[in-house]
Amino acid sequence: MKAHPVLKAKNYKSDIKPVWCPGCGHYAVLSALTKALAHLELARENVALISGIGCSSRLPAYLNTYGFHGVHGRALPVASGLKAARPDLTVVAVGGDGDGFSIGGNHFLHACRRNMDLTYIVMDNEVYGMTKGQASPTTAPEWTQSKLTPHGTGIPRFRPAAIALAAGAGFIARGYSGKPADLTHLLVEAIEYRGFAFVQVLSPCQTFRPEQKGWKEQVHPLDPATEDPLQTTNCIQTDDGLTLGVLYRHPMSVWQPIQQPRGSLSRIEEEFLR
Amino acid sequence: MNITKPMHSDQSPNDLDLSIAVTGSGGSGAITCGLILLEAVAAEGLYGLMSRSLGPQIRGGESAAMLRISSEPVDCLDDRFDLLVGLDWRNVERFADEIPLNSHSLIVTDSATDAVPPCLLESQAQVLPLPVHELAANITDGRSNMIVLGIAGYLCGLDLNSLMESTRTGLAKKGSEISEAAALCVEQGFRSVTDRKRLLKQDQMPDKRPLWNISGNEACGLGGLRGGIRFVAAYPITPASDMLEWLSPRLEQMGGSLLQAEDELASINMLIGASFGGVPAMTATSGPGLSLMAEGLGLAVASETPLVVVNVTRGGPSTGLPTKSEQSDLNLALYGMHGDAPHLVIAPLSIADCATSTEWAVGLAERLQSVAIVLTDQFLAQNRAITDPVRPGSFELRRKSAPHSAAPYLRYQLSADGVSPMSTPGLPDCIYTGEGLEHNERGMPSSQAVDHLSQLHKRQHKLETFDYGRYWVETQGDGDLCLFTWGSTAGVVFEAAKRLSAQQIATRVIAIRLLMPLQRDALQELIKTAKRILVVEQNHQAQFFHYLHAQQILPDSAESLARPGPIPFRPGEIVTRVRIWSNG
Repeated sequence: MKAHPVLKAKNYKSDIKPVWCPGCGHYAVLSALTKALAHLELARENVALISGIGCSSRLPAYLNTYGFHGVHGRALPVASGLKAARPDLTVVAVGGDGDGFSIGGNHFLHACRRNMDLTYIVMDNEVYGMTKGQASPTTAPEWTQSKLTPHGTGIPRFRPAAIALAAGAGFIARGYSGKPADLTHLLVEAIEYRGFAFVQVLSPCQTFRPEQKGWKEQVHPLDPATEDPLQTTNCIQTDDGLTLGVLYRHPMSVWQPIQQPRGSLSRIEEEFLR
Repeated sequence: MNITKPMHSDQSPNDLDLSIAVTGSGGSGAITCGLILLEAVAAEGLYGLMSRSLGPQIRGGESAAMLRISSEPVDCLDDRFDLLVGLDWRNVERFADEIPLNSHSLIVTDSATDAVPPCLLESQAQVLPLPVHELAANITDGRSNMIVLGIAGYLCGLDLNSLMESTRTGLAKKGSEISEAAALCVEQGFRSVTDRKRLLKQDQMPDKRPLWNISGNEACGLGGLRGGIRFVAAYPITPASDMLEWLSPRLEQMGGSLLQAEDELASINMLIGASFGGVPAMTATSGPGLSLMAEGLGLAVASETPLVVVNVTRGGPSTGLPTKSEQSDLNLALYGMHGDAPHLVIAPLSIADCATSTEWAVGLAERLQSVAIVLTDQFLAQNRAITDPVRPGSFELRRKSAPHSAAPYLRYQLSADGVSPMSTPGLPDCIYTGEGLEHNERGMPSSQAVDHLSQLHKRQHKLETFDYGRYWVETQGDGDLCLFTWGSTAGVVFEAAKRLSAQQIATRVIAIRLLMPLQRDALQELIKTAKRILVVEQNHQAQFFHYLHAQQILPDSAESLARPGPIPFRPGEIVTRVRIWSNG
């Protein structure tokens, strides 16, 4: 259902001040998301933002759409339950790399497989910020700045796009908070995609990963720009984690609840009668 | 040689009462035989109960169908079996202690192949050898379990035509050749017994009347649908899965949906999502699954999102006894959550009551925006009863919806009854973010002491001050000897009380349906004049007994009768305990 009257991006923002540090990448994601919603002319009451726990998971309260701030790692199940019960809503799950790929890793796999019409935005800063700087699944194995893993994790990184692809996601994109206009465009495409749309957003943590400022010079667009599944699959498998754009898009059959009442309680009760 | 009902002092007071067990190794069809026998019982207008005992094997394990047939509604197994029919005796020792026999019992065995094992003969039961396998072999597509069905039907005193008809109906899905062969087997088995007294006489049979054949799991499913459940998410677990399988197509018929989740962490959070969306939501699980859900239950309490979890208790801890019954998840249901998390715990008292209690639980969860745990067990859930039709409750409990007003919407408003109006996505004027962090009235995260205290108080107050009406307890009698119980054990205790009453021992049974919040004042009133109190439950740690003590309900003199599964309580066991106790 379209918003009426047409809203501006700022109309989607709530009056609550974010808890984020100055310079945090998540501000740009919040801004891009409100612009995407305004572009799509979605009525605020028909949008629900669902999150778990972490810095980025605070985002739903900063929009004045419906929202649900749940527990760590479970944003996708809450979003899936909501979408199954209320297919009329636009449901967007948001969170961070620890929330989505570690404690919520199993839900991520199965949400990709289940392919409900959801959007999932992961603000990836390769660190647990809210608990003060521990390594996350996407942290490089040799990163030694956490007291918890002073020798580095020694564990190869979780590769979100490759794993989403293997798990059956039909829409996989990567954005960067330092390129907000491109990010808005990606989010519009993700929300419009019919099925599970996964957007990994490189969103630097100024406090615990100041070196991520360097992403500005390192990110690069998908080259060549293509939607050929073979080429994009190849890119996802081989890229350096800094390729931006829609990395994979493929039409898939979408899980949908059957919501046409055909029976009645009295007919069900009759089954017991002898 | 005739068989007669055992005449001991604890005998069932019912006019007609008969207990039959059919056993066999996996694939022998003992359970099918029992299920059809139960249908035939219903066709005669009799009440019945069928329990089954299965090993954990998928195929090839031993199994036993244990039936009780009666002129009165029955909610428990009897002390002894009148008739035991063995399709074979392989591994029967594994559940011989679940089939108590005595010298009045009759054991039917195949005359050619199997000798009755000593663990059964110890009972001094009489043995009747019959050519079961030979009769089956003489019929194309003949099966021994259907021969046995005919034998059991004859000995019970059931009508042959109605037994054959129940067989055809029960096996209709297998095609007419198989079902006709089965009906022929039933006839041959029926006619193979001669010069035997039949346990029920045709002239004793009650009038035909409408009855239901229902399991506790199905009843919980029905109660959920009646309460308005239109969303279910769940992860399969024994012994809860058959509720989910029953619900799946029927939810669809009702315009709802079911999601098979990747685990219980997901399923409970899916419920929260659906319920946040305005659709009443329920799941079913068992102990280990409930443990995994504990985190999500805390979120539902904090965010005041209504939902219902049916926990079908099996023997624990861990994988424990997954196919056997116990009442040992009580502590988990009461205390399993982190933080101060007030919620509802409701325990159905019989198979039929699973429907009404679950319907009530849905209403309460919705009305009070709370978590309701419905605590059943494998005995209630997987047993089938022939019972009077279960009417819907008249609870009229609904969610308090958000007002259409210009005032700023406060999702967690501190209202007089502690229940705040709950908005639903789609409403333009009452947009909010559901919150698992402690929050203020508006729903904004807040760690201020005043907000924490006022919201804690609100969540407790709404449950403690609600008027639960009269459905929270069932009582029977007003004797000085008080028997406290809950859940599936209630059926046994009620029957024991009836038998004791026939022996001029007056008791007072208190069977609690609403375990949390406990109705303390009303309970104290109920036990005020009791001289002695015995608390009966099926777990090793006497969890209910200790809970009642912690709530300061019981006097120091109260005693506990607690023992674990898997063997169900029998009325005689309680009668004996009370008699010793009342003399002491």
